[in-house]
Amino acid sequence: MTTTLRSDLALISEWIKPGTHILDLGCGDGKLLAHLRDTRQVSGYGLEIKESNLEQCVAADINVIQMDLNDLQKGLCHFVHESFDYVVMTQAIQTIHHPDLLLAEILRIGRECIVTFPNFGHWTCRLSLALKGKMPVSTTLPNPWYDTENIHLCTLEDFEELCDTKNIEVLQRAVVDPNHRTPFMMRLLPNLFGEIAVYRIRRKPGKAIPVTH
Amino acid sequence: MTLPEKIPENSVGLIMPQVQHFTEPLQFDCGRVLDSYQIVYETYGQLNADHSNAILICHALSGDHHAAGYHSMDDKNPGWWDNCIGPGKPLDTNRFFIVSLNNLGGCKGSTGPNTINPETNKPYGPDFPIVTVNDWVRSQVRLGEALGISQWVAIVGGSLGGMQALQWAIDYPDRLRYCVVIAATPKLTAQNIAFNEVSRQAIMTDPEFYNGHYYDHNAIPRQGLMLARMLGHITYLSDESMRAKFGRELREGKIKFGFDVEFQVESYLRYQGRSFVDRFDANTYLLMTKALDYFDPAREYSHNLSAALAHVTANFLVISFTSDWRFSPERSEEIVRALTDNKKNVNYIEVKAHHGHDAFLMPIPHYLNVFSAYMRNIKISGENS
Repeated sequence: MTTTLRSDLALISEWIKPGTHILDLGCGDGKLLAHLRDTRQVSGYGLEIKESNLEQCVAADINVIQMDLNDLQKGLCHFVHESFDYVVMTQAIQTIHHPDLLLAEILRIGRECIVTFPNFGHWTCRLSLALKGKMPVSTTLPNPWYDTENIHLCTLEDFEELCDTKNIEVLQRAVVDPNHRTPFMMRLLPNLFGEIAVYRIRRKPGKAIPVTH
Repeated sequence: MTLPEKIPENSVGLIMPQVQHFTEPLQFDCGRVLDSYQIVYETYGQLNADHSNAILICHALSGDHHAAGYHSMDDKNPGWWDNCIGPGKPLDTNRFFIVSLNNLGGCKGSTGPNTINPETNKPYGPDFPIVTVNDWVRSQVRLGEALGISQWVAIVGGSLGGMQALQWAIDYPDRLRYCVVIAATPKLTAQNIAFNEVSRQAIMTDPEFYNGHYYDHNAIPRQGLMLARMLGHITYLSDESMRAKFGRELREGKIKFGFDVEFQVESYLRYQGRSFVDRFDANTYLLMTKALDYFDPAREYSHNLSAALAHVTANFLVISFTSDWRFSPERSEEIVRALTDNKKNVNYIEVKAHHGHDAFLMPIPHYLNVFSAYMRNIKISGENS
């Protein structure tokens, strides 16, 4: 059973090697895990907090574990070093209280991590702020500022700067639009035209991730 | 509560308990042996042709075999887990054959302290072997064999019942496909044991206890058992649910400056205690609390629960409840962690509920939805997917 996947999920599933063990943070309705299980023999767990999503994950027959990603003390610290081949976090990093701490933690428990987020450097966001002087509302960022889970929005530029200061190596990067396309302009100026950023990252070999909080 | 004038459609209906006798001696962990014994049980639904659709239900401290349906049209209430067992319910009797037993040491028909010891022609009383969760599991294996079930599709239990399900998965990995562990714990905390000890002391210091031989004196340690139940009941509820149910409401609307029942909560606890005495045996209560205290499957694995669960093959559903302070969500998470350490299949849900430990018996929609969805995914031979 293959239903249409969200564009970033379709891209991620091409990056994940068959037969691997993964952790999907904020796994939503479990579509990615179900897709990877059915097409790439991938095992692993999804972490989720929303009741309706949890019910859908159970119905989709994937392993879902209820956990609040903001509760790092309680949650991820119990997974041992490199428990997973990949830790995947799709469209969730911008909802986390301390994204830098979470990044350090997922790079500890996963050999590699795949992170996707809405690019706040997209031209429509810039235009909204520059011309209207208002926080952008779009298909990838559909909610008004006062009623959104997205509390830590960033641009490709911002994310890569954080990676640099945290000894995180970018292995692969892609930008897509919600229809899973990467048109020419997006390739040319990703921080201006990319709507959704997709990164594959890991700890720089032999380097520790500095934790400042 | 009114009597059911007619049985609800999603009920398993009128049920007759059955009895299985065993003559092969059963060795207990404590070293004692029972040469023969009986187990009383109920079944709901139909066993399929290749006996591959059977689910075992394990009961909690004060539970018994009567988990669903009615014994007669005069019953005020159905079995203790009727919310979850029946046609279209999470444990769907249209698909599954469900077996629910009264554990050894119980007081509802299975061999226990209140049954006659054939060697003395008197009730076993305090001489009944101290029984452990492992002992129960061994006896349940035999019940399964007697019913022609070599592998259970699932073993399911809440609280102490969940501990039995967990023990099954560890001791007999090949004999179950799915393990559902609800509101349970991999071992009791010091606080849990402390509550149990106060309960036991309440019973054993009752002058009517006669060192457990109260049957011979035509006596019942009423006060002690009632106190034990009152104390237990407080730990089954939550601060929030007691506040919602009783608040500080007074029975007669005003303070009377005395020690009679004044607050509604006092009246409720006394009622719970008194009605428990009429349906439960004090020696069984003592045994059940000991089985709880001793349960610690990790002990044989250098206190490493992950090592204890390394060889389980069952798929797990683990459920906890936010307001359960008896076996809190953290205890369930220990089980989940030990399973993920071993890359086992596990789903874990922490259900938002104000009911405390008792939540596992309640028809909470999210809980029932998850439980149903999980059970629906279980494939049984002979069914079209």
